[in-house]
Amino acid sequence: MNQHHISVENLNVYYGDEHSLQDVSINLPDRQIIAVIGPSGCGKTTFLKSLNRMVELVEGVRVTGKVLVDGEDIYAPFAEVTHIRRKMGLLSQTPRPLPMSIYDNVAYGPRVHGLKNRRKLDEIVEFRLRQVGLWDEVKDRLSCPASQISIGQQQRLCLARGLAVEPEIILADEPTSALDPVSSRRIEECFLELKKDYTIVIVTHILRQARRLADYAAFFYCGQLVEHGPAAQMFETPTQQKTLEYIKGVIS
Amino acid sequence: MPLKRSDFSLKIDRAAGKIMAVLAWLSGLIVVAIAAGLFIKSLPILKSQSLGTLLFSSSWFPLRGQFGFLPFIMGSLWVTGTAMLLAVPLCLLTAIYLAEYAPRLVREGVRPLIDLLAGIPSVVYGLWGILVVVPWVQQAAKWFNAATTGYCVLSAAIVLAVMIFPVIIHMTVEILRAVPWEYREASLSLGATHWQTTKKVVLRKAFPGILAAVVLGLARAFGETMAVLMVAGNVAHSPASVWDPAYPLPALIANNYGEMMSIPLYDSAMMLGCLILLGIVLVFNILAKLVLMKAQKALQ
Amino acid sequence: MDKRRLEEAVMKGLMAASTALILAVLLLILLTIFIRGAKAMSWSMITQTPQGGFYLGKEGGILNAIVGSFYLATGSTGLAFLLAVPVVLYLNVFCRRGCRTAAVIRFLLDVLWGVPSIVFGAFGFILMLTVGLKASLLGGIVTVALLVLPIMCRAMDEVVRMVPSELLESSYAVGATRFQTAVKVVLRQSSGGILTAVLIAFGRGIGDAASVLFTAGFSDQIPQSLMRPAATLPLAIFFQIGTPFPQVQERAYAAALILTAIVLAASLLSRRLSRRWSRHSIR
Repeated sequence: MNQHHISVENLNVYYGDEHSLQDVSINLPDRQIIAVIGPSGCGKTTFLKSLNRMVELVEGVRVTGKVLVDGEDIYAPFAEVTHIRRKMGLLSQTPRPLPMSIYDNVAYGPRVHGLKNRRKLDEIVEFRLRQVGLWDEVKDRLSCPASQISIGQQQRLCLARGLAVEPEIILADEPTSALDPVSSRRIEECFLELKKDYTIVIVTHILRQARRLADYAAFFYCGQLVEHGPAAQMFETPTQQKTLEYIKGVIS
Repeated sequence: MPLKRSDFSLKIDRAAGKIMAVLAWLSGLIVVAIAAGLFIKSLPILKSQSLGTLLFSSSWFPLRGQFGFLPFIMGSLWVTGTAMLLAVPLCLLTAIYLAEYAPRLVREGVRPLIDLLAGIPSVVYGLWGILVVVPWVQQAAKWFNAATTGYCVLSAAIVLAVMIFPVIIHMTVEILRAVPWEYREASLSLGATHWQTTKKVVLRKAFPGILAAVVLGLARAFGETMAVLMVAGNVAHSPASVWDPAYPLPALIANNYGEMMSIPLYDSAMMLGCLILLGIVLVFNILAKLVLMKAQKALQ
Repeated sequence: MDKRRLEEAVMKGLMAASTALILAVLLLILLTIFIRGAKAMSWSMITQTPQGGFYLGKEGGILNAIVGSFYLATGSTGLAFLLAVPVVLYLNVFCRRGCRTAAVIRFLLDVLWGVPSIVFGAFGFILMLTVGLKASLLGGIVTVALLVLPIMCRAMDEVVRMVPSELLESSYAVGATRFQTAVKVVLRQSSGGILTAVLIAFGRGIGDAASVLFTAGFSDQIPQSLMRPAATLPLAIFFQIGTPFPQVQERAYAAALILTAIVLAASLLSRRLSRRWSRHSIR
């Protein structure tokens, strides 16, 4: 049987008394862009963050069920959380460059994992910045604080930073919602380029973006996974009434 | 007539506004008045000798008209410096623990307790110093082959350190918690450990604010009087080690108010002492405030 | 990989240890004061003034200091309150949000907060010399009022700032003046916080020694008028611990116990009140 990068089995997440993700099971296909869609507050982001155990950082959260990454349950009692997170790059809504230079931002991940060789770091930084199309824009000011470049560039820098730890999966939480249209397009182009090598899970509330990018889609409503399947099929002929209503814009 | 009534209340409003403005400015200007008052009172001694002699001479013989403040300034520096060495690492570790590591219940339980520490009056700290710290330091000195009565720089520094714990911890925790959550997320998602994230991202982001907290603690320690007076030993000689007695500036002022009026220029010298103290403390405070304002802007 | 986890564990251990150490010190202080004080406590301690001089006399108690401290702290808190309320209302109602004047005054008050209490003492002393006042209850009250003023202003400012501007606007909308709005709406809305501020200031005022050293003096008697010197609990501790006689030192321990208990009670009460009252005000 073809093993999936990520497969989720009976995942439940509770915030205190609130049952925010209810019994979610899904196999995410490899090397595709998976769009997670649904109205706000439906559990999209919670789902994304439970894929790398980031959800546990919130006080009072309880998680049951399994998330298998490369066949390994990340919620198993002795799972090494930093190792798991390394496999997945995370791109947040607003770009958060770390308070250091552009160079150090990209080098941050390799460094925390113990890489000290300056030449190797230089190579990584250049390679990753080229990968996100930022190298030519910043190569002359690598030592400037990362907060000085434009917000669109910052988001691509964050992407490069995530790629530098050689993840297999990229998790993106509405990565373009804080960006202008031009910067958004650059990010989307990056994703389309990257899906050759990576599995990309993107949470978005912009349906058109989901249509443009996604190969596979999952629709969440009120904490439940209502429907999932190949994107083209789901957007054209959804099987569920709720999905249809959402796609047509009846519920939002 | 309703019109007249509202006219009347408008008049009241205007008058009240003016009175309140005057009161507000008066309150604000108290600090200026304090500085001016102390300056006027220290004029006689400033006229009689140069400021350089006053600050850098160590001969303190009021009866002969010699007022060298150096031993007291050195005393203050020794005591405050040692206190900071003791307090800063402990405070930072505790603050980081409370802000980044401790479960919510622990944090919510411990923070009020530490704030409670801030409310205890300084004489009570002094009393605790006499009852507990002084004998303890006297014992400890034996291990180091040092002779001391226990009333020395180290005792004063320990008491002071405890007194500024709540100042530094309270502010540092607030500042750390003001660092946006997403920075931690970004670092953790790259597989950094909790401590790596704290060290390389959170502390770096919060650094100016933490610096301000430490400087505020320093200012507080520098101006603290009673507790230090009770345990520092009060010998008018610059200390050479932490086991020596010290006579910090505030202690000098508090201890000599009795004879102040009976020796010529003595009162003026005391007021100059106050002025020096005020100057140093205000510079620290204002610097810390400015850094803090900048830091808060940067965090948003 | 292992090195990272080791560092994590070591740092976490150090942090927990230093937190525990600080809590232990707090506990040690409270235990020292309460145990030592409880031993010294007796009925006559709190019902009698010292007999034969506070420094030498071995009989009697600290009633002079208890009453003196209450007079002094109440008087100075009251005086500071009379000044702080108009100042805070001015800053929040009469000044527009974000205006320069308010920012400057707030800054000056913050600076005043940082002034060491011994400097307040010296300033009070200068004031008294200028008007020809001797060490007295009045001198102490004025000096301590100056000392607690910035604390009170800041604490009140924090709550009054929280009053939503919609509330002010709805009062203006019915034709109320700023003064009427300030007194009838703002004060009522933030009364809980103001009470908290008063308690905080009272706790600070009653515990401060360096400022009353020059200004309130010390006396064996309970002060009969504002012009007489008054004993205070902090100075009762300071003077009486310095004597060679154990019986006199007992009075210092008792005074420390009473003072600490008052200060802690004020602090706990203010915390309680601020929580309870904040439930009643409109958000």
